[in-house]
Amino acid sequence: MVVFDKPHALTDTPFHYCPGCTHGIIHRLVAEVLDELGIEGKTIGIAPVGCSVMAYNYFNCDMIEAAHGRAPAVATGVKRANPDNIVFSYQGDGDLASIGMAETVHAAARNENITVIFINNAIYGMTGGQMAPTSLVGQVTQTSPYGRDPKMCGYPVKICEMLSQLEGPEYLERVTVNSVKNARRAKAAIKKAFENQIAGKGFSLVEVLSSCPTNWGMTPDAALKWIDDKMIPYYPLGVYKDRSAKEEN
Amino acid sequence: MAKLTFNTDSCKGCGLCVNACPKNLLRLSKETINKKGHHPVEITDMEACIGCASCAWMCPDCIIKVER
Amino acid sequence: MADKVLMKGNEAIAEAAIIAGCRHYFGYPITPQTEIAAYMAKRMPKIGGTFLQAESELAAISMVYGVSSCGYRVMTSSSSPGISLKSEGLSYLAGADLPALVVNVQRGGPGLGGIQPSQSDYFQATRGGGHGDYHMIVLAPASVQEMAELTVKGFELADKYRMTSMILADGTMGQMMEPVALDLKVNPAPEKPWATTGTKLSRKHNIVNSLSLVPEELESQNFARFERYKTVEENETMYEEYMTEDAEIIIAAFGIAARVSKNAINAARREGIKVGLIRPITLWPFPKAPFARAAKTAKAMISVELSMGQMIEDVKLASECRVPVTLCNRAGGMIPSPEQVLEAIRAAAKNGGNK
Repeated sequence: MVVFDKPHALTDTPFHYCPGCTHGIIHRLVAEVLDELGIEGKTIGIAPVGCSVMAYNYFNCDMIEAAHGRAPAVATGVKRANPDNIVFSYQGDGDLASIGMAETVHAAARNENITVIFINNAIYGMTGGQMAPTSLVGQVTQTSPYGRDPKMCGYPVKICEMLSQLEGPEYLERVTVNSVKNARRAKAAIKKAFENQIAGKGFSLVEVLSSCPTNWGMTPDAALKWIDDKMIPYYPLGVYKDRSAKEEN
Repeated sequence: MAKLTFNTDSCKGCGLCVNACPKNLLRLSKETINKKGHHPVEITDMEACIGCASCAWMCPDCIIKVER
Repeated sequence: MADKVLMKGNEAIAEAAIIAGCRHYFGYPITPQTEIAAYMAKRMPKIGGTFLQAESELAAISMVYGVSSCGYRVMTSSSSPGISLKSEGLSYLAGADLPALVVNVQRGGPGLGGIQPSQSDYFQATRGGGHGDYHMIVLAPASVQEMAELTVKGFELADKYRMTSMILADGTMGQMMEPVALDLKVNPAPEKPWATTGTKLSRKHNIVNSLSLVPEELESQNFARFERYKTVEENETMYEEYMTEDAEIIIAAFGIAARVSKNAINAARREGIKVGLIRPITLWPFPKAPFARAAKTAKAMISVELSMGQMIEDVKLASECRVPVTLCNRAGGMIPSPEQVLEAIRAAAKNGGNK
């Protein structure tokens, strides 16, 4: 009996991601959720600009490639026109937390009934490793060659904490995929984010701490450890908002 | 009795599966180089595999099929 | 003959869009087009449509992009500074070959400029506005009735050619009230098999996209798009001629400038000056043929514009510089008076066009 195989919601196109990049794991988790909820046929995904720009080649559902940062706005249009479809955006930290911050905040404030998968790997990967809004203090990148200096570039943005201050969003959780245990938790969060949309509950965002071995200059294994050692202390995992759960209690 | 099938051509040799295996049964091949130019994963002792799928969970390229 | 209703130009656009089957509108407040948003905000909820005030013009045009991807007729509207922001989305719409209707009720610029009427976004509209090789179909109404009719036409052309249609109006056209007949004939949207509506697991996934990393592929997409543009140029060019049969002086003007020019032409005719008007209704594709024709017999041309002279370049190109072309203009929100245009006509008549 097959207990594990590539999910149907992923195409056969091999990922272009670097060896050990955890984008691939997160793609698979999203696809598994689409399979398990039986929603692939009515799902429309929105791809960002950044490393995952070509996500439209990897998901078997209908896909739209958005302008940089505008995925939540495109998703809003799609969902308003087709409320019976399931709509998700898949965005990196440059896309969602820098150039698309306004779209992110306002989609959340409107409690737009969409699912946002937010990949936080603390760097701009596609363009070769520049400082991201989520790069850690002291982190060396191509555009912070002496380490991120808060005097010059301020502090990294904590999206879940920030959005949790809004009345609008239904569900915000931060997870990671740097171990089997954490990946299982991440999948549960992603599933909940889609179930919320099916139930019409509104804006659900799952922030996934992800690795970038190439631009962090580490082995894939060391990069997973860096998530534990450096990222989680600044970006604690957990549920930041869950309106329905709160109301039930 | 578990069985792992690797889509070896798509393996990028990142080794995340190697570290995920609780039985330490996986390694990156020293001899083989695949189409992509990577040393792909291989299993040292299929008999000892418990089919937990930890390797498949951590594989970023979905190249591992697990049967039990 | 249908009953006419008295409407503002902006409202006529909004109502015509609804008549054309548009059920999704995304906007952001900016003078002098806000009546469109206000009208949609009232009407859309009552007919099961979407009105959404977006967080920015960038977001509004991306919402349009999303709805258009799903195959529906969709629109947004703004005024000059807002159109600059929307230019990102205009380029993406072109790159993904998506139909949409965008309204620009122009105001004076550059920068924040003013809130009075202008035609100084002519270059921006007719050359595309955003980055990359592309065109929009640019429609220039000169009455409230045309605001309504060209809105319907804009949706139809957008669907037919998978392009953005832009209504290039100005503050005067948006704000003025005139009687409008709203018995508009509408061709329904064609089938859109490319739309992202969910695969229902019964077809290969549709992808709406403007990324193409292989230069040979991107080049062939550009070639194919421009082949389509050629068809638009051949089939969809629209213009009006007024008293051009015997005209020695040709005025080129669109929108409000054309209305002012007609008054001046009537006055000049009373003085015995043979002057006529070519009024482009499509600014892209530009009506080259009537100007080329007129250049063979006319002595001079005058481009009357609410800008520092933008359309004049197309007039010179279309007339192949066979006759002198002068500019009669106001800028920054000012409108040329009939007297100013009449003076320009007299000067052209006196000099035989030789300035």
